Amino acid sequence: MTRPVFLGMPTAPPGVGHLRGRRPFPEAAQAALGDAQLRRNLAKATGTIRAKRALVVGELPDWAELRAAGAALKDQVLANLDGYLVQLEEQVTARGGVVHWAGDANEANRIVAGLVEAAGAREVVKVKSMATQEIGLNEALAAAGIAAWETDLAELIVQLGHDSPSHILVPAIHRNRAEIREIFLREMGAVGLPAPPDLTDEPRALAEAARLHLRRKFLEAEVAVSGANFAVAETGTLAVVESEGNGRMCLTLPRVLITVMGIEKLVPTWRDLEVFLQLLPRSSTGERMNPYTSMWTGVHPGDGPQEFHLVLLDNGRTATLADPQGRSALRCIRCSACLNVCPVYERAGGHAYGSVYPGPIGAVLSPQLTGVEDNASLPYASTLCGACYDVCPVAIDIPQMLVHLRSRVVEAKREHGRLPSAEQAVMASAAYVMASPARWTAALRAARLGRLLGGRRRRISALPPPLSAWTGTRDVPLPPTRPFRDWWSRRERARRKQR
Amino acid sequence: MSAREEVLARVRAALADGAAPPPVSRGYRTADRPPDLAGEALLELLVERLVDYRALVRRSSTAEVAAAVVAALGERGARRVVVPEGILPAGLDHLGAGIELVGDDPPLTPAQLDGLDGVLTGCAVAIAETGTIVLDGGTGQGRRALSLVPDYHLVVVTAAQVVAGVPEAVARLDPTRPQTWISGPSATSDIELDRVEGVHGPRTLEVIVCS
Repeated sequence: MTRPVFLGMPTAPPGVGHLRGRRPFPEAAQAALGDAQLRRNLAKATGTIRAKRALVVGELPDWAELRAAGAALKDQVLANLDGYLVQLEEQVTARGGVVHWAGDANEANRIVAGLVEAAGAREVVKVKSMATQEIGLNEALAAAGIAAWETDLAELIVQLGHDSPSHILVPAIHRNRAEIREIFLREMGAVGLPAPPDLTDEPRALAEAARLHLRRKFLEAEVAVSGANFAVAETGTLAVVESEGNGRMCLTLPRVLITVMGIEKLVPTWRDLEVFLQLLPRSSTGERMNPYTSMWTGVHPGDGPQEFHLVLLDNGRTATLADPQGRSALRCIRCSACLNVCPVYERAGGHAYGSVYPGPIGAVLSPQLTGVEDNASLPYASTLCGACYDVCPVAIDIPQMLVHLRSRVVEAKREHGRLPSAEQAVMASAAYVMASPARWTAALRAARLGRLLGGRRRRISALPPPLSAWTGTRDVPLPPTRPFRDWWSRRERARRKQR
Repeated sequence: MSAREEVLARVRAALADGAAPPPVSRGYRTADRPPDLAGEALLELLVERLVDYRALVRRSSTAEVAAAVVAALGERGARRVVVPEGILPAGLDHLGAGIELVGDDPPLTPAQLDGLDGVLTGCAVAIAETGTIVLDGGTGQGRRALSLVPDYHLVVVTAAQVVAGVPEAVARLDPTRPQTWISGPSATSDIELDRVEGVHGPRTLEVIVCS
């Protein structure tokens, strides 16, 4: 067997950022499943957003064509990523921006902290950004004595609650209005304008409290940190989509803007945004268009930040790119449609995945960014039902990729010299048996003997080791009295005789 | 090796299999083949979609647009309003009726903008299908902070600025200009996915569609 090329490519380093859980998925999910409030919140939220998405996607007669174009454009970017990155750097630099390169989370965090210090600031306002959560930027800035204020409402709820996000789009989806009111009353005063003492749990009142709390921070901020949804290689244009206006505040009012962006966020040309600005909002919030999209190209004299830094982040993306069967995970535009349709996500919630990228996309992305050894349980956190692939606006075949990553997990365990697991032993013997029609037929007939184990319940509830790993959590249905292959060959023989 | 060389070298190594993806097919409705929508039907769709996302909308003839602006500001109770240089159509820079139009030269501070009752701007293009208004800092639109900090944003859209879909808008716009795409007032669905209009951006968006 040839050695896969992706071995040896540096992955996201451990000890920094939020790509690895403390516990494997099944263990973490077990805890979440016991939380009835969480399950109610999740079911309500995902149900609502699924219906909204279906409605606005149905409105477009050319959705399938947009989706195909979106996937193809992203594949073009990935296949020529080095060229597009260099082109983006040239364009941003020519228009007054400064481009920095970061091989991993630690480098990116050092670069950003250094830029904030150079600007003479002790605090920054932040636009919601998956990349900066991934690298643990807030913690790194805190260690450098810099306060980072999250300004997206949900991120504010998460930050004030000393909590972690559980959804890509609505990070506080696990909190209901009463919990949010309590967090605001308890925490806002410690870091700025307190919440009004008569605060109710009406979403409108809670949003108003957030507006007042953040207003002065926006008007006085010197430095902002953002992510980016898209970067146009051809022109150097950056785009951020959002709803609340906190993004516009951060991208417009401060003197210095620092944008941290994964290297896969490119589109080749300005025109290509015509595809993604239709795909993203309809898939994400279920809106025809999100309330605000900001686009800027370098520095615009007299308008917005007069100092712009773009930090290009690898952190395991090139390791992902190196696997031809896994690289299309880098097409992802972080819409979160796959989370909202996933039966596993709906029940387990985002925290169980242990990474800032939860749900189906997280199950294929996180293990590739960290190396499968460090997120070995995630490729199994799926029923392979295929709903995620159906809604993905860039047609990432997540179920197929999950199966591929499961084989990489097994492969990695073998490389590390661990004893073969029950699964490996079963898969190896299955491969031996299934490779020969004669062995397979014999095995199916032998399985009929298994009926003897079933007893009167007609289920097998305890198999000997190593198969006990399976029957420890579920029963095995009895093999049929006659295998299909037997039935078919007898039927064919009978038909031939009749002729 | 610098981080830049390191990352680029990794990218090239990762792509060593040399797989070539299929070419991009643009089978969707492009700017050359836009939706079949024009004239009054186009404007009606824009109005419907703006209203659907909770913007206030007025229709006006081009000749009477100044009166429509005065009426809108009057109903809102907005007396001090920032207006960017060169607002069109003509007549919008001298409204009278006790309304003070504040210019942005020298540039207003965020705190000064915060103290105003609203902002009046034109736009670069409007997209009917999505109910989107695009500002690009061109004539009559001002720098980005103007349409952001005041709590009330009144936009005048002329019929010639309206296109049916997103691809036509992208084709009309210059990517080197700073752009803000606005679809309804600022909003959040972060609390139990209940939509609340009005967070940090202008909490009221009013649009005058004139033709």
